[in-house]
Amino acid sequence: MSGFKIIAPGILSLIQDAGRIGRHQIGLTTGGPLDPEAFRLANVLCHNNAAESYAAIELSIGGLTMQAQVDTLLAVTGADIPLSINDQAQLLWQTHAIKAGDKISFGFASNNGCRSYIAVSGGFKIEQQFGSVSTVVREGIGGLDGHALKKGDLVPCEPATGKELLYINEEQQLHYPQNVELRVIEGYQQQHFSDTKKALFYSSEYTVSDRCDRMGYRLEGPKVDADIEGILSEGICFGAIQVPADGQPIVLMNDRQTIGGYPKIGSVLASDMSKLGQLTPGCKVRFTPISIDDAHQITLLTSYRQQQILACTLSDKE
Amino acid sequence: MENIRIEIAGGNALIVYFGEKTDPLVSAQVQSLTQKLSPYLGQELVDMVPSYASLLIIFNPFHCDHLWLRRTAKQILQGQQEESSGSSKLLLLPAYYSEESGPDLAMLAGNAKLSIEDVIELHTSQEFRVYAIGFAPGFAYLGEVDKRIAAPRLTTPRMKVPKGAVAIADQQTAVYPAQSPGGWNLIGLCPTPMFDPSKDASGEPTMPVAVGDRIQFRAINREEFFDLGGELPNFDLGAGV
Repeated sequence: MSGFKIIAPGILSLIQDAGRIGRHQIGLTTGGPLDPEAFRLANVLCHNNAAESYAAIELSIGGLTMQAQVDTLLAVTGADIPLSINDQAQLLWQTHAIKAGDKISFGFASNNGCRSYIAVSGGFKIEQQFGSVSTVVREGIGGLDGHALKKGDLVPCEPATGKELLYINEEQQLHYPQNVELRVIEGYQQQHFSDTKKALFYSSEYTVSDRCDRMGYRLEGPKVDADIEGILSEGICFGAIQVPADGQPIVLMNDRQTIGGYPKIGSVLASDMSKLGQLTPGCKVRFTPISIDDAHQITLLTSYRQQQILACTLSDKE
Repeated sequence: MENIRIEIAGGNALIVYFGEKTDPLVSAQVQSLTQKLSPYLGQELVDMVPSYASLLIIFNPFHCDHLWLRRTAKQILQGQQEESSGSSKLLLLPAYYSEESGPDLAMLAGNAKLSIEDVIELHTSQEFRVYAIGFAPGFAYLGEVDKRIAAPRLTTPRMKVPKGAVAIADQQTAVYPAQSPGGWNLIGLCPTPMFDPSKDASGEPTMPVAVGDRIQFRAINREEFFDLGGELPNFDLGAGV
């Protein structure tokens, strides 16, 4: 099968679908897009039914260049990483008709997010491992060979033509502030954090450190250590905030380990996690506690609102 | 039931705590609840992570809520009061213990003031329980080894621990399912694959054990190790040795 040839892989280009679900019992983590809503919209723009799991590329920071070997539709959503087709600047959040031979290249993220999603019509055709193509580099699972895309790789996809070009209205496009508020459901070992430490945690600003990746975002700020150093290893859910003895919180992301033994104060609301995943070192984070019932309401409302975002036909715009 | 706590873990996750320490009876309770909740996977439940004394349950907020899950878990827990445990399977795993296959074996024996033979005897004379699976795909935490052969992790972890390495850290033991970094003490090699991702495509189990199963090691010699498909890797000695 032909597809897209990787000329330069950029900072980090990973094949992702919705993620690897239901495999924690053999130690496999979830993977999947750090910004699932941007990922979904990239697929919507390529006429990929959002209910199914299509493979796209998650580009972090930028620098990717690839060459098309097929005629297809392509759309890029997410961070403001500049897109060029044959060295002509092109818009994000809309479908582009690509011809075999076209060169697709990306600049670098500035100050509106750091993860972009590149979808093609029908999705990239990659063999699943454990029910998903999502690449988890730490596990060596998913993608083309368990690794990030590299120079010379061929990312397969089928040709597709004749479908409408779509766009997402400007007011419905996603934006990524560099100061975010993350809602927290208190749980796990929260009783091992004193009221004073909790008050400090919720009233302070934390800075994203250099040690942030798809596994976890390590934050720097006022120390909020627990009164215990470790616990018997237990399951870690998405968004869990673990606090090692140095009192600096680590928010665990899509590629987190499935079990661990650090105390945890609670977990970030899943639908807020994409805001965190779009941050780069130096960005600021604040935490706000909410109840699990509030979390449930927000989750349902957020999902409902997302379903209302529809792609429009580009021909109507012009 | 009185010792069991159900706590919030996240917006769509609860964690059930059965106890505070490693204990086969507690582990059996974890295993039992995991099995009884399994029919809900794929609809109400997204995934579960059983560990030493807890079960993390991740639910699908579009199919149920934490109140439903709490009620369901409680009903199951109340129903399993009188049940006996121990329906788990026993797997015999061959292990080639030697200085060429276990670079930390002599040091561990020396620190324990035991002979190498004593260490092998202690490691093979008991059944271990699979308490948790994690750290890496297919990595099963087994416990608990006799206190006499318990050994702390290496000061400096190795960059590369070979696939099949039989290892000890504190009172835990494990077989490395694939080459990875690691700080456990290496005492031998097991030729049986502990994780085979290629089997998933045909729907076969990718691991020979699950949480709650039991493992006993059987000492084999060099010749038998090679007959069973074993290979001697190059060990990265690590700065801790």
